[in-house]
Amino acid sequence: MTAEKSVTTNEARPSRDDRRVIRPAVDVYENGKSISLLANLPGVPEDGLALEVDSNQLTITGDIDIAMPDNMDSLHADVRFTRYQRAFTLSSELDSEKIAATLRDGLLTVTIPKREEVLPRRIAITSG
Amino acid sequence: MFGSLSQWDGDVVDHFSRLEREVADLLGYSRRPASIRAVARGSFPAINVGTTAEGVEVYVFAAGLDQDKLELSIQQNLLTVSGECPERQPEGSNAYLKERFVGQFKRSLALPEDIDPDSATARYSNGVLQISLKRKAEATPRKIEIN
Repeated sequence: MTAEKSVTTNEARPSRDDRRVIRPAVDVYENGKSISLLANLPGVPEDGLALEVDSNQLTITGDIDIAMPDNMDSLHADVRFTRYQRAFTLSSELDSEKIAATLRDGLLTVTIPKREEVLPRRIAITSG
Repeated sequence: MFGSLSQWDGDVVDHFSRLEREVADLLGYSRRPASIRAVARGSFPAINVGTTAEGVEVYVFAAGLDQDKLELSIQQNLLTVSGECPERQPEGSNAYLKERFVGQFKRSLALPEDIDPDSATARYSNGVLQISLKRKAEATPRKIEIN
């Protein structure tokens, strides 16, 4: 690991850059059946996206990949890093085995269903 | 790509630039002039502009746009992008986080003077609108042979 780092410092971009990430804008919605998460990841192609669930943590990582001409000088840059990353903890009623995700036009949609046994039940009230 | 332009993480930059501004205001320093069309950090959409010897490339980072409502115009060297991000909250759901920009946006930026507005081409891919413009022929640097 240390050897690798000393190699990368010789390159134009310092190795510290590898740790810098963009925190993407996210929406989180919930209905009775699932939680859905929307994340803006503009510039990330499908093969640049990684969704990881480790115990109860969901981590979204997206690497920007845009074809750019060589020898380009930057005149203005709002986006200064090439990796998006954000993590969330999932609560136990969510079924992390059944997470579904789609990425379209840089918009990631993740749907996390709730476990069957915890779906809301209407409780009948009897009078009299 | 643009990694070398800043030494700080985005969130930290926000804090530091705000701190810098506040200290400058407090001490009465005048900061260097900003572009008349400069926008607050974090404004939507994020835009990167790069130049090459042959032209200018503009990258507009706007995920999930309604492509029918996306509009581009160029007046002289002023490029204007407008469009709309549709509301995507599912019916009957409640929201915990709602950070994504929703609604209409319009952003203009001045490009280098020597671009040819008629040369503009644009495509929207993976949530990035890329606009390519060429420099006017007379402005392209030419190599001069030395005899």
